[in-house]
Amino acid sequence: MMEQTERRVISVIVMNEASVLSRIAGLFSGRGYNIESLTVAPIPDSKYSRITIVTAGSVRVVEQITKQLHKLIPVLRVYEHADLVETEMALVKIPMTESLGDIEALTHAYNGRIVNVGSDTMIVMISDEPSRVNHFLEAIKRFHPKEIVRSGSVALER
Amino acid sequence: MQISGAQMVIEALIAEEVEVIFGYPGGAIMNVYDEIYKQRSFQHVLTRHEQAAVHAAEGYAKATGKVGVAMITSGPGFTNGVTGLADAYMDSIPLVVISGQVPMSLIGTDAFQEIDAVGISRPCTKHNYLVTDAADLPRILKEAFYIARTGRPGPVHVDIPKDVTAQIAKFDYSKEVDIETYKPTTKGNTRQIKKAIEAIANAKRPLLYLGGGIINANAADLVREFSKMTQIPAVETFMARGTLRFDDPLLISMLGMHGSYAANMAMSETDLVIGLGARFDDRVTGKLSEFAKNAQIIHVDIDPASISKLVNAHFPIVGDVKNVLEQMIPLAKEQVDPARYESWHNTIANFNKLHPLSYKEEGDRIKPQWVVERIGQLLGDGANISTDVGQHQMWTAQFYPFTRPRQWVSSGGLGTMGFGFPAALGVKRADMDRVSVNITGDGSILMNIQELMTAVEYKLPVINVILNNNFLGMVRQWQTLFYDKRHSSTDLSMQPDFVKLAEAFGGVGYRVTTKEEFDAALKDAVEKNVVAIIDVVVNRFENVLPMVPAGGSLFNMMLEYKEK
Repeated sequence: MMEQTERRVISVIVMNEASVLSRIAGLFSGRGYNIESLTVAPIPDSKYSRITIVTAGSVRVVEQITKQLHKLIPVLRVYEHADLVETEMALVKIPMTESLGDIEALTHAYNGRIVNVGSDTMIVMISDEPSRVNHFLEAIKRFHPKEIVRSGSVALER
Repeated sequence: MQISGAQMVIEALIAEEVEVIFGYPGGAIMNVYDEIYKQRSFQHVLTRHEQAAVHAAEGYAKATGKVGVAMITSGPGFTNGVTGLADAYMDSIPLVVISGQVPMSLIGTDAFQEIDAVGISRPCTKHNYLVTDAADLPRILKEAFYIARTGRPGPVHVDIPKDVTAQIAKFDYSKEVDIETYKPTTKGNTRQIKKAIEAIANAKRPLLYLGGGIINANAADLVREFSKMTQIPAVETFMARGTLRFDDPLLISMLGMHGSYAANMAMSETDLVIGLGARFDDRVTGKLSEFAKNAQIIHVDIDPASISKLVNAHFPIVGDVKNVLEQMIPLAKEQVDPARYESWHNTIANFNKLHPLSYKEEGDRIKPQWVVERIGQLLGDGANISTDVGQHQMWTAQFYPFTRPRQWVSSGGLGTMGFGFPAALGVKRADMDRVSVNITGDGSILMNIQELMTAVEYKLPVINVILNNNFLGMVRQWQTLFYDKRHSSTDLSMQPDFVKLAEAFGGVGYRVTTKEEFDAALKDAVEKNVVAIIDVVVNRFENVLPMVPAGGSLFNMMLEYKEK
């Protein structure tokens, strides 16, 4: 009996402490759950940080994950998002030999721009929904990218 | 007050009213041991192995309900203690385990006796701390005790680098614990409780499913009150033994893999499971899709993560089972008619008649189950019972006449061989007026046999009763049943002379082959009041029955074993 697996976004509000990230990562790895992406940064003017985790699992598994996350002592709140705004950023390094105009047009379509131009390479930045980031990275392939980095998702409930 | 980190540890233990700690010194924890030497407020029991120190603290905690404390050094001292942490975590035992660590400046350099202790203890503790500044120590120690004993209890590990124990800082222990992210729910939701009581009042075949959480919450008295008032029959998990008296007419027996026929059938036939502080463990439920198939489920537990983890609860109630029962009892008094379940009682009585928990006597050979029953007849309420892990453990859970909570101390979740003897030391230290008996096997006892020395030194006269079948019996049983009798590495015919072994440490030993000898040995051991080993030669091929094979349905029990 295989349960349906779906992509899930979970936000975890945690105390700013040295060990908290390993507690959370350990909770996933110890149970064999995969983390697709994980971002963490302090929440301004507080002693908390917000961790955004993208994972995949059945309803049951994700419910267990959220309960286990909540059980960790330094965890304040856990949100499993249903209706959310989700954004991810990507940086791509492209050789200067490629067409600047075409690249500019493409990145523009994905809320991006060229952020750095060097003698051999340029770097473009986009930020968009994760699925659109996928599209962009597919489209940018024709310009022979040398390096790609994705930030992982951040999300807020509507 | 400006004092050293090591002194802070002592002051904190005093403030927590700790009367005994179990431990083993070493390089990184020496500053603390120096302060232990100078104080007179609590006793330090030197076990002969760090694992035993943690198990002894567990036994003490289980017997008293207080937080058990163990102290160990860095590196191998710590790793030896990990089994105890994992054991306490699985069985929700409140512990504070303090370990030494190499100095801060050496952390991460592969220093002598360095290991990433908090990295290792993270998945097997409720919480852990690496103390990097002595100024944090009072708060951390206070939080450690608080976290260990509140909510779902569990072990907390505090790792203290050696230089931090030498560092001088301000000690103020008066500040109340306030952890914004940790506020365990203790009161049950009133609306859910109302709905649960309605379900009980409307049920035809309700069944109390009693778990170890009741013992932890000191709620056994309330459970007794509730069951008597409502006349709802009960099954106990392994961890809950002693919640109801063995002779309570409403207690069916233990359920699960080695539960009684009646208990497992009642669980299969019930229309309403009232789960109190139990966690639907796989050894209890058998095949999940067939478990209590006809029933709705009320699940009361302090740990929200335990609810609907394995079995979906129709009435989830998060809360301390003691508080929830206090909320339930007045409602049940009004709404539940105790005369309602008579035909259900008759059904259960028939189950009991059909296949009672029993064993067959065979000639002169002592049956292991007889030994358990006999200890119960001779010592009964006057004994606290610990066990190791294996067949002897299951026979004890099945056949010992438990009369009260905290009488029973055994490694349930982790199933740690070697747990019994050190745990029994902790139990004895907690309750000197009763006899502390460790019922064990010829495999398990050798896993912490060095504790004979601790028992002699600290005058903790534990009586170890070995049900000796010259086998690693439970594994042998599975090999007989499921591996076509290929007894791979389970024949333990090669054995020490247990009598001489006990004597070598300064205890007493008995080799017993007849029932008369057993009675005499037990009587003598109780009178001598020193640590004892009673090595009882029992029937070699006895099986623990009934048995629900792993993954099978509760109602499909193997009731007897016939030679093919």
